[in-house]
Amino acid sequence: MTSSIRRPRPGLLRRHGWWLALAVAAAVPLLDLLLPARLRLTGMLVPLMAYALVALGLNIVVGFTGMLHLGAAAFMAVGAYTFAILTAPSFPFQIGFWPGLAAAVAAGAASGTALALPTMRLRGDYLAIVTLGCGEIVRELLKNLAPITKGAQGINPLPAPGIGSWTMTALQPQPWYWLFLALVAGATVLCLNLRRSAVGRAWTAVREDELAARASGVRVDRVKRSAFTWGAALCALGGALAAAYNTGVEPSIFDFQMSVIILCIVVIGGMGSVAGVLLGTVVLMGFNQVGVPLLTKALGGGSESHPLLDANNWKFLVFGLALIVVMRLRPEGLLPAREVRDELHHDGEDDPEQRREGAL
Amino acid sequence: MDWPLLLQLLVDGCANGLVFALVALGYTMVYGIVELINFAHGDVVMLGAFLALTILGALGGQAGWPTLILLVPLCALFCAGLAWLIDRIAYRPLRHAPKLTVLVTALGCSFVCANLGLLWGGLPMDVFGGGRAPSSPKSVPDVLPLENLLGDDSPVYLTARELLVAGLTLPLMAVLTWFVRCTRLGTAMRACAQNPVAARLMGIDVDAVISATFAIGGALAGVAAVAYALYNGTVHFQMGYTLGLMAFTAAVLGGIGNLPGAVLGGLVIGLVQSVTVQFLGGDWTNAVVFAVLIGALVFRPNGLLGARTRDKV
Repeated sequence: MTSSIRRPRPGLLRRHGWWLALAVAAAVPLLDLLLPARLRLTGMLVPLMAYALVALGLNIVVGFTGMLHLGAAAFMAVGAYTFAILTAPSFPFQIGFWPGLAAAVAAGAASGTALALPTMRLRGDYLAIVTLGCGEIVRELLKNLAPITKGAQGINPLPAPGIGSWTMTALQPQPWYWLFLALVAGATVLCLNLRRSAVGRAWTAVREDELAARASGVRVDRVKRSAFTWGAALCALGGALAAAYNTGVEPSIFDFQMSVIILCIVVIGGMGSVAGVLLGTVVLMGFNQVGVPLLTKALGGGSESHPLLDANNWKFLVFGLALIVVMRLRPEGLLPAREVRDELHHDGEDDPEQRREGAL
Repeated sequence: MDWPLLLQLLVDGCANGLVFALVALGYTMVYGIVELINFAHGDVVMLGAFLALTILGALGGQAGWPTLILLVPLCALFCAGLAWLIDRIAYRPLRHAPKLTVLVTALGCSFVCANLGLLWGGLPMDVFGGGRAPSSPKSVPDVLPLENLLGDDSPVYLTARELLVAGLTLPLMAVLTWFVRCTRLGTAMRACAQNPVAARLMGIDVDAVISATFAIGGALAGVAAVAYALYNGTVHFQMGYTLGLMAFTAAVLGGIGNLPGAVLGGLVIGLVQSVTVQFLGGDWTNAVVFAVLIGALVFRPNGLLGARTRDKV
């Protein structure tokens, strides 16, 4: 009988999906060069990859470990400001791009560990509000500690990466694009491997049932702390890269809206699914960074025209409706992780106890 | 001791805190039954404030305090309807979905409402004071006299605005307490909060109770919207976020799901804010409020008045 159970050979996309995606992504700037100069997208796509890193980081906390975190922007801000203060010409340190990036990641990891300390006892919604609060505190500190952070005006310019005497410029986005893509690819491999590692399996155990995990010998506090540390390090890396490409930071970027958009990327893409998070970044951030400016330009909107012609005036309407519709029709996200999809479609649907205690 | 200053801080803090408390009640009632942080709640308040602003602006200079007799119920009705509608369209189909799904939906509703407020502010109407751009804050016409009720030479400043806030919020809280404790619907709400399944088995229409809860929370939000607009004098499309954040923090601080806790939390946050503004400046209010919240939650993880819960296997 066993011969009749034939396992279908996984399709091309399943076997080589990652390589295909990487090849397509790497080819985008080359294809883009064929377009007329005013339609080129590469420059607008570069920040997307910084946000992809942030979303991958938040996915570790929210998707892998199941802790609702509403302050991702704070970790981004820590990375961006560490990088800015250590590298900007207006400060005495000027340690250069790469050491600055490393310092940003280290500072992010430290901030994640620090945030984990007071929040270990908190669950679910209490954790959400405290992380939200931490985000607000960080933003206000950045705005108000003017001697260190230059207050609301922010820090600029920032140095660009380079090799030897050659450095990247904003006029040529292609090198930025490939550098950021390489980092995203590295982070993707890291996330996929982390999920399968001992600590990654402990994260999943805590997400599925904290009490059972504790009973099975998982050190829940330490595991949660490590999730925060890894997640914050990636968020900080993304924040530092976004700041570098933007050649400046200011506190108003790192507001609650940013945290929510990052969370939406993770949830809409598919919690706990690395591929889903990347797809979510492309869809949501693509709309925010590329779609909105293009639409505004196409409609001829501006500060003088009718408010409806400026897509910025209704992009959150689109965002909000998209969130509502996706959650209604496909709550597991666009590219769900297998366990999450199974959980949503096979059991636990009519058991309210499970609804309350499982799945966040 | 600088008694007049302290008294002044107390007056300002309580006035703001009572508005927070009224909004926080809406958060905490909904949370108590469906365990959802209704992020759209603050934006419902914001839209209510825009309605109040539009009506007052349309009346122009003729609007006096008697207008409020009409304005308050109208805004309450509008917000109640809006909250009910949001629940009906967005939340009810997800009643058995995982919490995060509903939470993201709530964030989506909040985005939609905030954007509607932005567009409302951009309407080509001449009734809005303040900037013309959609995103600029709009100023609310003065309906109440501004003179000091304690006499012109009194060091403590108490105007009809503070009295209005107290006069709107305190009776409403008393009515709500009576309603939840003594009426059939209130009892049903408490039953649903305790155990929805058992409540359903006892013949309670849980969906109707949830709808009613959203509507009641919305009505409170509408009253809070009028109080906020008249007390602070400006309406802005992002006020839903800031006000909602403070109110939700108040609800969590007091112990979410706990009605007296929400009022206590609102007052504590109002007082913390007014003291911070006085001694550190307005730039630090959010940071201090959240530091207080985190400090409180570290020592009492379930809020000031929240019951201790234990994990069940």
